[in-house]
Amino acid sequence: MYNFSYQKVSSIADAVDAIQKAEDGKFVAGGQTMLPTMKHRLASPSDVIDLGGIDELKGISVDGDTVTIGAMTTHAEVAASSDVQGAIPALANLAGNIGDPAVRNRGTLGGSIANNDPAADYPAAVIGLGATVKTNKREISGDEFFTGMFETALEDDEVITAVLFPKADASAYMKFENPASRYAIVGVFVASSGGAVKVGVTGATACAHRGMRLEEALNGNFTADAVDGVEIPIEKMNSDIHASAEYRAHLVKVMTKRAVEACS
Amino acid sequence: MYSEELVVGWACRKVNRPVKWTSDRTEAFLADAHGRDHVAHAEMAMDKNGKFLAMRVNTTANLGAYLSTFATMVPSYLYAFLLAGQYSTPLIYSEVKAVFTNTAPVDAARGAGRPEATFLLERLVDVCAEDMGLDPAEIRRRNFIPVDAFPYQTPVVQCYDSGDYNAALDKALALADYEGFAGRAEEAKSRGKCRGIGLSSYVEACGIAPSAAVGQLGAGVGLWESAQVRFNPTGNVQVFTGTHSHGQGHETTFAQLVTEQLGVPIENIEVIHGDTSKTQFGMGTYGSRSLAVGGVAIAKACEKLIEKGKKIAAHALEAAEGDIEFADGNFAIAGTDKAMNIAEVAFNAYVPHSYPEGLEPGFDENAFFDPMNFSFPAGTHICEVEVDPDTGVVEIVKYSAVDDFGKLINPMIVEGQVHGGIVHGVGQALLEGCQYDSDGQLITASYMDYAMPRADNVPSFDVDYAPTNPPHNPLGVKGCGEAGAIGAPPAVINAISNALGIKHIDMPATPENVWRAAQTATS
Repeated sequence: MYNFSYQKVSSIADAVDAIQKAEDGKFVAGGQTMLPTMKHRLASPSDVIDLGGIDELKGISVDGDTVTIGAMTTHAEVAASSDVQGAIPALANLAGNIGDPAVRNRGTLGGSIANNDPAADYPAAVIGLGATVKTNKREISGDEFFTGMFETALEDDEVITAVLFPKADASAYMKFENPASRYAIVGVFVASSGGAVKVGVTGATACAHRGMRLEEALNGNFTADAVDGVEIPIEKMNSDIHASAEYRAHLVKVMTKRAVEACS
Repeated sequence: MYSEELVVGWACRKVNRPVKWTSDRTEAFLADAHGRDHVAHAEMAMDKNGKFLAMRVNTTANLGAYLSTFATMVPSYLYAFLLAGQYSTPLIYSEVKAVFTNTAPVDAARGAGRPEATFLLERLVDVCAEDMGLDPAEIRRRNFIPVDAFPYQTPVVQCYDSGDYNAALDKALALADYEGFAGRAEEAKSRGKCRGIGLSSYVEACGIAPSAAVGQLGAGVGLWESAQVRFNPTGNVQVFTGTHSHGQGHETTFAQLVTEQLGVPIENIEVIHGDTSKTQFGMGTYGSRSLAVGGVAIAKACEKLIEKGKKIAAHALEAAEGDIEFADGNFAIAGTDKAMNIAEVAFNAYVPHSYPEGLEPGFDENAFFDPMNFSFPAGTHICEVEVDPDTGVVEIVKYSAVDDFGKLINPMIVEGQVHGGIVHGVGQALLEGCQYDSDGQLITASYMDYAMPRADNVPSFDVDYAPTNPPHNPLGVKGCGEAGAIGAPPAVINAISNALGIKHIDMPATPENVWRAAQTATS
């Protein structure tokens, strides 16, 4: 790890101020990706600005059909929340299966989606549920938030404050885990609301995306069998030592079918 | 030996102060030795009843870019010499070609050569069974070395000490409910799963090793072990061993040995190891030798104490030395209730006011033991898996192990060793593997990519024993540390092959590899 200066801020305004003054500053939320990355010297920010002291970024509330989760809410808090379990059980389950207990008790929703690891779980739910990402500047729709591998629509001094998840009639998340890291090799979040189906796919490509072909097949025929005929193009699929592009494309279908089955 | 061990010594002399080497995980991945990198081709000739007539094996063994300590020994003496397995195959030909590559050096790792030999042989036996239309248990039975043939001279140098391979197989088949498998497979099919069962009947060479034998093979050392058993004047006992305990529980097992032999309460015994400023020269912990060789050295030192104690007690009790009997920690005049506790004898030895003339004071003996043969633990492991044909995920649903380790001193520690060994073997079969890209860059350089087995990768194990008595080992023990790692890989892979009806799949049988094999099998 290289030297850096550390600041813990207690308001969003202070956080923005600090990052604007820093030469090459980085926000840190739970630090579950960032700190190992810094330890391996793959990142060397001049300033690390800790968002952990900003109370308004924390907490979970349900208002009508919307579950609002503060950006600094940990995975463990989401998993254990009776509000989330009641409103969107698939989201609580997803949070409860991220990483290991240490990661779940430090890692946060905001940190996960801001980092946008291609194999992270939360992005699939943000897309699959059609969530809205709220920042200190604006609201960004889930579909437009994830722009590329480790890239998002966020500006450098933009802070995620909360994510607004609309309830679904039925939803489920199925993850095929990497046997080593237990990240998603492929994760599929399926949600059905008022007859409209949305599918969020993570792990398969450079970043989480909507499974448009899958949605097309499932709209009007929300059954696992409807997935059989879908062609998943393998050109954009990730390929690594754990799963080839062809295998990933296959897993997208298998995980989608299993998610659809779990919805019924 | 690792180069940092030499570097630290050199640096220490250079700066004239203690120097400590700290390696981080990444360095360990990059520079620590790897294990088990063979490509082998094997053929078996059989008669029409499935009786093995001859086996021919050609092996290419990767040594890595530099020679490690046991680089050439692992794929030769520890591999080819075990190719007979549990079978009476009369003719075995083995050719090993060792090659240098651009990987990290390949060295001995838990089992060293024996897992490679067992994997090759037990996979081949299953293929033979299939070709002959025989049940895998039946073809093994037809070829086992019979119980009355021990000691058994194999065609590949080793002479097995003792074994009852049918006993272990029978017990394992019962433990695994082998007969009920067809019903379980049928039930699994109704859930869309392919269930398979796999056997592995292994034998290994432990208790390493007779010095003369390893000398003939070109080793530069003797492979005896040493022990010192010292009573203090208080009656407390210190046991110094040349082996090292890094989780094997020697502190408990060795203390038990001394308690059983000398009758000293176990809480009064301290086992001291691993500190070269305190302990005598020893050969170390590997090759499942600590108890089978080091334990015997301790027992021999205890015998010397008993012999000396008889002289001291005879003098104190005013009896003839020949009339003194030792049992349960007491030296007694035979047929009387006149006795001295061993702690009192030890006190007399350090305060020799009234003491046998000419006898050295002190109650402190050392002993060396050089085994007459290797020991040959053996057993049958049975693995049952369910394969998800849609994803290729393999779940081990049942695992039964029946081993012959000779006499068990501490059954709980032995069972722990079996569990750990099996998990190690499951890791090799399903998860682990060092991979380099075409530029020579290691791409499994962290636990993000290198898959270590975890608790949820394995079921609870069913473990039992079918012991025989190795006649050349004074304690009747064989060693248990490596058995699981040797027995497990072929049991797992045979189970997957059985589940999918395929002849071959490479390790690690990752989900994608299994999925591809399942595609081929059904198409």
